[in-house]
Parts: sequence; C-alpha cells; structure tokens
Amino acid sequence: MAILRRIYGWFDDRLGITSAILPVIQHPVPRGVNWWYVLGSATLVAFIVQVITGVALAFSYVPAPNSAYSTLQFITHQATLGYVVRGIHYWGASAMVVLIFAHVIRVFLSGSFKFPRELNWLTGVGLLLLTLGMAFTGQLLRWDQNAYWAIVVGAEQAGRTPFIGNWLAEILVAGQTVGGATLTRFYATHVFLFPALMFLLIGSHLYLVVRHGISEPPVPGRVVERSTYQRWYHDLLERDGIPFWPDAAWRDVIFALAVGSVVVILAVVIGPAPLVGVANPTIVHANPRPDWYFLWYFALLALIPPSIESWVIIGFPLLVVVALLILPFVAPFGERSPRRRPWAFALVLLPLLTVGVLLQKGEVSPWSPNFNPQPIPAQVVAPLSAEARQGQALFDQEGCHNCHTIAGTGGLRGPNLTTVGSRLSSDQLTWRILNGGNNMPAYNTLLTPAQLNQLVVFLSAMKSPSQAAGSP
Amino acid sequence: MDDRLMTRRRFLNRMSLGLSALAGAVVAVPIVAYLLSPLIKPAPNVWRDLGKVDAFTVGEEFQEITIEDPSPLAWAGETAQTAVWVRRTAADQFIVFAVNCTHLGCPVNWLPGARLFLCPCHGSIFYADGTVAGGPAPRSLFQYQWRIQNGTVQALTRPLPIG
Repeated sequence: MAILRRIYGWFDDRLGITSAILPVIQHPVPRGVNWWYVLGSATLVAFIVQVITGVALAFSYVPAPNSAYSTLQFITHQATLGYVVRGIHYWGASAMVVLIFAHVIRVFLSGSFKFPRELNWLTGVGLLLLTLGMAFTGQLLRWDQNAYWAIVVGAEQAGRTPFIGNWLAEILVAGQTVGGATLTRFYATHVFLFPALMFLLIGSHLYLVVRHGISEPPVPGRVVERSTYQRWYHDLLERDGIPFWPDAAWRDVIFALAVGSVVVILAVVIGPAPLVGVANPTIVHANPRPDWYFLWYFALLALIPPSIESWVIIGFPLLVVVALLILPFVAPFGERSPRRRPWAFALVLLPLLTVGVLLQKGEVSPWSPNFNPQPIPAQVVAPLSAEARQGQALFDQEGCHNCHTIAGTGGLRGPNLTTVGSRLSSDQLTWRILNGGNNMPAYNTLLTPAQLNQLVVFLSAMKSPSQAAGSP
Repeated sequence: MDDRLMTRRRFLNRMSLGLSALAGAVVAVPIVAYLLSPLIKPAPNVWRDLGKVDAFTVGEEFQEITIEDPSPLAWAGETAQTAVWVRRTAADQFIVFAVNCTHLGCPVNWLPGARLFLCPCHGSIFYADGTVAGGPAPRSLFQYQWRIQNGTVQALTRPLPIG
C-alpha cells in the first residue's frame, strides 16, 4: 500500500490532483439540486458516445459518392456487430437531440439563464444549433435517396435567401449540382468542423458552469438582483453546499446509464436507419423524407400558404435563433420560478405541441400523392354498371386515385370520395372535375367529353350505404 | 514602473498579437478561397446528347433521359448524372424540363395517364406544359435549352434550378 501511496503522491505532485483537479470535481453545489439537473450531463454523455461510435464508423466509411452507400451496407450487414455500432450512433443522435432540447427547456423554465449565467446560456445555444447541424449532416452521410434529396431541398431553401441565395446554395452543394464534391463537404463538416466547435463550446460551457455554480432550484419570490445575487449564492454554498461528486453526481450517473441502456436496446432491437437505395439523381421515383428531427419542418413547409413561404424559410430559423440569443439580455433579473412566469410554460408548451402535431402530419404526409394506390376493393367495383367501370378505370388512369381515397384505398391529398355520390350531383361533379381548384388540376383539357361522363357516372355511384341500399 | 518600460511592454504585446493575427489572415486566404472554389471556378455548361431525334415520337409523352453533369469528378458515382424530362411536341420541337419541383427541388414524376407531373414531397402538381396545376409550387417547371445537331437533340446543362 505504501508503494501505491508513493506512486499516487508522485503523480499528485506532477498533475495537481489534490490541489487543482479534485476541488473542481468536488465543487460545492446547492443542496436542493435534484433529478431535473441530470439533463445536461446526459447530453454530454450522449455526445461522447457519438464521438466514440463515430470514430468507429469512420474506420470503414468511405466518404465518396461512388462508395459511401456500399460501405454503409458493409458496416450494417457484414462487419461484426457493425449493425449495433451504426444503431448506437443513430439512436444516440436521437437521444442527444431529445436530451439537449429537454436541457434547454429545463434551463429556460427554471430561469437558470439569468444573471450571471448569460454566457452559459449562449454557449448552450451554440451547442444546440451545432447538435441540429450534426443531425442534418449526419443523415446526409447515409448517401441514400433521402440524403440526396435532403441536400437538394436544403440548397433550395438556402437559395431563397435574398441577394446571396444562389451563392449560398452553390457553396452548400460545392458546385452547380449535387455531385462528387458535395459529400466530402458534409463529411468534413460532420466529423471535423462541427465536433471541433462542439469540443470548444462544451469546454467553455463546463468552465462557466463551474465558475458560476449550478443554479439553485428556484423558489417563488426569490428574485435575482445584480447587486446581491452573486454574494447571496456564494453564502448559500458556504452555508449549505454539498460536493458535486459524488453527492449530486450520482443522479447524473444513474440517468446517463439509463439513457445509454435505452439507446443500446433500441440499437439492437430496431437497429440503425434503413438504407433506402443509393443516392441517384436519375431515379425520380423517390419518396424523400428527412429524419424525425426535421420531419416537422418538412410538414410545416407543406402546410403554410405558399405566398408567405419564402418569409418563413428565411425568417423562421432566424427569428428562433435571435430569440434564443437575446433571451438572457431581455430577462436578466427578477423571478426565476416558473410558477411566477406562467408565460414561460406557454412558450414551451406551444412550440412542443406544434412540433408534435407537425411530426404526426409529416409521418402521414397527407399532402403527398400516393403513387401506388391499392386497387379499389372488388365489392365496391362489382355492382357497378359497364359505364361506371370504365369511369373507375379512368379514376386510376387519370391520377384521381393518387390523391383521392375510395373505400380505404388511394391518396389523402383531396377529399375522400367513398360517398361522394351522396354529397354532389352529377352537375357538381362535372364542374369540379373540369375546373379543379383547391390544389386539384383542371381536367377540362385532359379528358374527352365521353371520358368525363364515364367518370361522373362512376363517382355518382359512390354512395353512402344507406342511400345505396335505398336506390333501385 | 516607469513610462519607458510600459511602452516596451505595450509594443511587445501589440507586436505579438499583430503578427499572430497577420499569420492567421495569411493562412485563412488560401483556405477560404479553396472552400469557395465552386463559386470562383464554376464548371462551364456544355451541350449533352439526349438522343436521336427519331428516338422520340411526336406526342404528349415525356421520357426521362439521363445526362452527364459538366466535368464530373471521377468519384462522383451515380451523382455524376442528372435526369431531365423530354417530350417531342412536333417534328422539330422539344420541351426539356428539369426533374426538380419548383417548390423545394424534389423529383417530379410524370403520370402518363393523367398527363400530369406530381411531386412526392409536398404534393405540387404540374400540367404537361409545365404550368402549376396545384400545390405549393410558386412557378412553372424549369426548362433546359435544347437544340438539334445532326439529327441528335441536345440539352445545355444548367445549375440546380433554384425557385
């Protein structure tokens, strides 16, 4: 034992463990620190897991358009446990996005961004944006059809920027079209540039956390004032602080382990994101969808009025970023307790609810045509007259079925036509088909009068069961 | 501390910071220029063959044709290609559309029966003449310049069309 103690003593003297490192690890934190304080450290653990699995993936991944996709197939299907490594990287990314948002929400609700922790907040905002940047660039490295079209859609959005839009788009895709130079650009950003910036910001963030201390749990009526807060907080720690390690940190360890377990289980049971075919600009029969972190935004772009779209594409992200950046300067003092800041709940719940609804909409994408509708069930077609059946064939051939549902088959874009014969007269049907409107094409030049008639006969036969039974 | 010492210290401070900043700027110039090279040295657009004129029948059908990008990189793989929609409208008349939806660039699909282009992303619809039939698309489909050379129809490459 004496020899071990001497070895430790040698290192302690050279490294300053007792004099410089332990005081940081054991820095005092307020006694009331609770389970709400584990989200930041869990985000950090998720980041470390991403770095480790990312480095492992880079051992096999080749960032060139002619090989990236096949190296991913190799990692997923051939390399020993490569499936699990990719799975952890994929689910770890989701965990990190969820955790960093949860952390931001906790800090916002408990007013922890207020004086003197404004820079803690700002470095955190930087990390939030970089995490989203990592999520976007990461899904592109899959170099499948979703990745290819996500880059195109991203470039088109950058292209809406006034004056410099075209330049931005060309810098983004590294040329006039998505090609050989594009993937390495996102690869270098994903594995070098953004991680390096994140290491810097995480270092600053942790330094600031130690320098200003972990904010005490808010108490209604206890307000932050510039002249008194820092002295008061210092006295609180002197009087009643507990060492961060291990008195507070044990919760961080337990929570991070729980999150890690969930990530590993998901990686093994569900596995990594599916590879939906190599990025190929000449295969237009694609169904591009972003990963869930951006699916809500994809849905937003489908649902807002086209007239304000360019404003939203440029203005919305800008507005959110500016709001996040100015927050600690707009409300640096005063109440921290969320019970005295009810609007803080509204500011959290409203966007959460909106994103939730948009995610659900994005998952269904009712605005997208159904390119391969199931045939209309036989029991619906069987009783039809010969003319109506010709109309039914036209319903499929003319693209109606891609956007309209009949008896549970078809697209969701337009109204469900299962019982349209009960709602609209033949004249009304004719008028709608000829003139279109509300996102429906006008078919006046696309159909002959005979075809139009057949289609109207078919649709008129689509009656609700009660009426159909009553008719001869 | 006398004034001369302060001056010397100030000089050393400013010299060290200034030289470091200068070195940083010198290194930054080539790096920034290198990263912006797609803007500085854009690939010139070239004429690419779409096929023999007679390979297209006059009518309403659009055919998807693949053309090679101007000066593609050796490792570009499938992404060295771009697809276009081609229709022969008369003996010596063609329409060549970009496959990109004018909304956000997703690939529009030609429905031969309906004679409409449909976009899979946000549901924009275009008529056969490229005009908007529905959905969020702000303008008609983008067109490529085309010409006929010795019985071959050609299209002039163009950058990713931005809406």
